[in-house]
Amino acid sequence: MAYSEKVIDHYQNPKNVGTLDKAKKNVGTGLVGAPECGDVMRLQIEVDDATGTITDAKFKTFGCGSAIASSSLATEWLKGKTIDQALTVDNMEFVEELNLPPVKIHCSVLAEDAIKAAINDYRVKNGMEALQFEDSVVH
Amino acid sequence: MLLVLISQHLLPVQAIIFVKYQVKNMNLQLPVYLDNNATTPCDPRVVDAMVPYFTQQFGNAASRNHPFGWAAEEAVDYAREQVAQLINADPKEIIFTSGATEGDNLGIKGVFEMYASKGNHIITMNIEHKAVLDTCKHLEKQGAEVTYLDVKPSGLIDLAELEAAIKPTTILIAIMYANNEIGVIQPIREISAIAKKHGVLLFSDAVQAVGKIPVDVKADGIDIMAFTGHKMYGPKGVGALYVRRKNPRVKVTAQMDGGGHERGMRSGTLNVPGIVGFGKACELARLEMDKDAAHTSRLRDKLEQALLKIEEAYVNGDPAHRLPHVSNISFKYVEGEGLLMGFNKNIALSSGSACTSASLEPSYVLKALGLGDDLAHSSLRFGLSRFTTEEQIDYTIEQITNTVLKLREMSPLWEMFKEGIDLNTIEWAHH
Repeated sequence: MAYSEKVIDHYQNPKNVGTLDKAKKNVGTGLVGAPECGDVMRLQIEVDDATGTITDAKFKTFGCGSAIASSSLATEWLKGKTIDQALTVDNMEFVEELNLPPVKIHCSVLAEDAIKAAINDYRVKNGMEALQFEDSVVH
Repeated sequence: MLLVLISQHLLPVQAIIFVKYQVKNMNLQLPVYLDNNATTPCDPRVVDAMVPYFTQQFGNAASRNHPFGWAAEEAVDYAREQVAQLINADPKEIIFTSGATEGDNLGIKGVFEMYASKGNHIITMNIEHKAVLDTCKHLEKQGAEVTYLDVKPSGLIDLAELEAAIKPTTILIAIMYANNEIGVIQPIREISAIAKKHGVLLFSDAVQAVGKIPVDVKADGIDIMAFTGHKMYGPKGVGALYVRRKNPRVKVTAQMDGGGHERGMRSGTLNVPGIVGFGKACELARLEMDKDAAHTSRLRDKLEQALLKIEEAYVNGDPAHRLPHVSNISFKYVEGEGLLMGFNKNIALSSGSACTSASLEPSYVLKALGLGDDLAHSSLRFGLSRFTTEEQIDYTIEQITNTVLKLREMSPLWEMFKEGIDLNTIEWAHH
């Protein structure tokens, strides 16, 4: 299976690889996937408390090229959005942008789950309730 | 772009353009092909031998009444001798097939049906090729009882367990000669001694071994053996099943009905050009085996030693009982498919990881060795050939090392490992 050019570009030049300081109250961390499934994604957001805007996003991913590209794209997508805007995340947007084939759709689902997990981590750290999300459909 | 893909509406297939690539003043041909356990290129000498049998000597080997048929039959007889000689068999013991999947099916199903009055129990092991495992599963539906033995972490069978599994109803032991993913060679002579002691037939899928290491069906005590041309520089679509004729005389029930070719065991017009090529490949393998094995094992060892210098890299399978041209290495905390993507335009390799929504399961062979899923997902399989060059190995070492290091910088698991976090203590969100 050949990868799309966009996947290859994100794989070769991933955006926002790195680690934010978990100890900071305005940093939310989402860790999704499992080593035995062949992909683990850690996505972090840094939020401006005053405006609710995501000022920075970083990721580290263990997985295939599509998983790496999905997380790289997700961090790009997050920056500058408010938390509320970020909650509207739809994995199909990543699928379309990266031209992922059906067998790789789960990589985009993982990125969506990572975003939601990072937002919930931020909410809990800041005294808010964790939001309940419907289970992702694609596995 | 080193691999040039020509627009698909002009050509029916993607064309791979081989280019000369200058690295540190070395003359390197790209892409590098290190997936020789999947298939080998045809040796040009094999192709030369085949060509006349497409256009000039195109006869049907079963046509008895004209020179076209005689020429084809003669060519097949000659090839049958070349094939038999490689494994120290009698030419009459060679049944030509379409390849090893057919050979596995014919050998195992054929014995099950032919020896049904003696029993219904088959013993095999869980790192066999799917062509053996799925054939056994099929037979379970037909009333067979199958024992799937576990292997030791080295990939070797436990001989005591094998012997203990034999019962009065056991008719067949099906154990591969050498494994396709890890290259581990089974103690076939010890296995055949056990089989003989208990009056059980021994079948062996020897696809990866024949042509690469000495295989002698008489000394090894194998009763039925499947192998194929395209893993030993021959053409695809042609293989052979060895069926012993003496001590004991073995018979298999045909799985295809028809004209009764191949002494009634495999009907169907013989693939004469393929058989000629397969015969030539067997002859070359016999004459050049020592040279090929010395060449591939030297380069394999160089590759392996260099890659094992990378932190947290491990060889899978017993290095002391291994095919000369194979290596399987896990690079912990990096996922195999992601790793391949770093260089797969220029280096052709296989990974033990299958990351698709249909199959998130990593290699069942590596899991059978007791590897955790994480290590199984992190593996690469290298298969060298007589055509692999030193420059290609040097290039491969450089590319893989760089990609592993780059992906580890991107891997949350690597970061956790470096921080001393035990990954087993983390509650993973399975999806």
